[in-house]
Amino acid sequence: MTAVPDELREAHPRDNLLRTDLFPHIWCPGCGLGIALHAFLEGMEKAGIPREKRTVVSGIGCSGRTAGLLKVDAYHTTHGRPIPFATGIKLANPDLHVSVFSGDGDLFAIGGNHFIHAARRNMDIHVVCINNFNYGMTGGQMGPTTPAKAKTTTTPYGNFEHPFNLPWLAATCGATYVARWTTLDARRIRDSVAEAAVKKGFTFIEIVSPCPIGYGRPNRIGSGLDEMKYYEEKWELRGENWIIQEGANPRDADIDLGKTIIVGKFVDIEKPTFLDMYRAQMPQDAPRKEAARAETEEVKK
Amino acid sequence: MRGDVITGKYFMNGDIAAAEGALSAGCRFFAGYPITPSTEIAERMAERLPEVGGMYIQMEDELGSMAAILGASCAGTKAMSATSGPGFSLMMENIGLGIMLEVPAVVINVQRGGPSTGLPTTVGQQDMMQAKWGSHGDYEIIAYSPNSPQEMYDLTVKAFNAAERYRLPVLVMADEAVGHMTERVVVPEKAAIPIVHRKAPSVPPSEYQTFRAGKDLIPEFAVAGQGYFVRMESLTHDELGRPSLTPETQQSLVGRLQEKILRHAHEIAEYEEYLLEDADVVVVAYGITSRCVREAVDEARAGGIKAGLLRLVTVWPFPHWRIAELATQAKAFIVPEVNFGQIVREVERAVAGRASTKFVQYSPGAIPHPNRTLKTIQEVAK
Repeated sequence: MTAVPDELREAHPRDNLLRTDLFPHIWCPGCGLGIALHAFLEGMEKAGIPREKRTVVSGIGCSGRTAGLLKVDAYHTTHGRPIPFATGIKLANPDLHVSVFSGDGDLFAIGGNHFIHAARRNMDIHVVCINNFNYGMTGGQMGPTTPAKAKTTTTPYGNFEHPFNLPWLAATCGATYVARWTTLDARRIRDSVAEAAVKKGFTFIEIVSPCPIGYGRPNRIGSGLDEMKYYEEKWELRGENWIIQEGANPRDADIDLGKTIIVGKFVDIEKPTFLDMYRAQMPQDAPRKEAARAETEEVKK
Repeated sequence: MRGDVITGKYFMNGDIAAAEGALSAGCRFFAGYPITPSTEIAERMAERLPEVGGMYIQMEDELGSMAAILGASCAGTKAMSATSGPGFSLMMENIGLGIMLEVPAVVINVQRGGPSTGLPTTVGQQDMMQAKWGSHGDYEIIAYSPNSPQEMYDLTVKAFNAAERYRLPVLVMADEAVGHMTERVVVPEKAAIPIVHRKAPSVPPSEYQTFRAGKDLIPEFAVAGQGYFVRMESLTHDELGRPSLTPETQQSLVGRLQEKILRHAHEIAEYEEYLLEDADVVVVAYGITSRCVREAVDEARAGGIKAGLLRLVTVWPFPHWRIAELATQAKAFIVPEVNFGQIVREVERAVAGRASTKFVQYSPGAIPHPNRTLKTIQEVAK
């Protein structure tokens, strides 16, 4: 890492939230992670979550490096396991605000099983997934979100697998909040993070993010900026106020090379969390049981 | 409603005794996945943890179970999981994470026969080397080996205390025979149970460094949510918790992780000596085997052979120093195990050619019969 000369060093308005001793960071020029991370920090500030109560857990990969950059209780864990690690933190101390910030390969390939079960349980954690359509850290291999026909270093003839549609997956597994944005819209990410942060239950935000080296180059999309322009052309805002019970369907949100990328908020529902249901079942905890039962009935109405 | 320490005398199964030991030690979080022959531990924790204000969660697999107990421990709660062979293999990944982040936790492995699905319902001692070497990279570990339901209780308490003191996942390497054995278990008075807590930060947050260790090589542990802003980093890291991918940092970090156990090995290691004062033939055994072959030692003595038993209560760190001492007096070491030869190699290394070392192989699937060990004692005594 090359040191930045003092005269070029400017204070960033969010330096108070960052471990500046790790800068310059390791991400490539044109990478969307910086935009996503900044929007995430802004969203957490907007939500007013006290900093000492915030914990951020990451897995492995380019996105996995984010936890280490944040001036909160930060846990850089193993590949695919940030969600169960975060589950342990949340259950051991429900007063903590627990976020998972990680990538598509980490959360949906090696960690896919943990994702679906945490969503099913409605575990009170807030997941942000940076989807760059490939394994960036290892040099651009195919992953579970790589669009069909896309080229990567391990799909030199074009990808022959069907990719995950992440909002649909999250919605069907039971997430209470599901949204997708691209790094083109930092303010919407911020607002969405803020909205999800104060929501009860398992929330999921996908951020489609350029990876000019791993994904843009082999697919002739060009630089990071070109990939953003591509989003601008293909970007369509739909269903911002849709909720799944009212008939909105994230099933339409699959991403294909050259096709429209649907962004927006897909799901925003209330339902009892794991802790609500746990407490409601425990015999000795009568007052809490009552509260949880009232809440459940509230949701049913 | 029962409390956390159910003082009294019980006729209790080993698995249930281990669960009670965990509760007595202050465990308030259990994450696990059902697997024979350890399932009774999860069942007991599911019933008992809510009674004492704790939290039980059945995870989707053992990868998640191990990750969850580390997360819970980072949030300041004593945490445990229990499993058997196939699940223990899955836990290896995050046992390594627990070593690297120095997170206290306890894992009970009620061993069955392997490899793979193997013998799900019967005894084995085939994971003893996996306990030490199963996760990638170099590390030292602490592993207890109970030989009775009472010890399932006692050693689980000790495992929690060692985990808190030395900051790592500590293993209780039980076996199906001990786990499913029902016997008298005495749960002591609460006040009589020594409890160790991890060291809290002695400095304000502004001065705190996540991995700075003092003379004892064990860093102070800041729990999530206290404003210390810990930097728990699974990459090779410096004392601040910053990734530092250099041979120098690797040397100092991984060197310290090893040394914090090795330097305290004499305090950690526990073993029982039976008729060793004048022994010519030393039987080295652990777990259920140590119980069975004691009879072989008695019979050999009755037949005029000076046999004795060194029973390993902790298998890791391995008490090579005691074996080296005994090797100056004994002419033969006999190592019976319910596997195809594991700890015998450690004994051989410690004996270092000063006496002969013989392995007595018992097939996993049955409790070892003392006769085979007796025969070997008689052969080497000739």
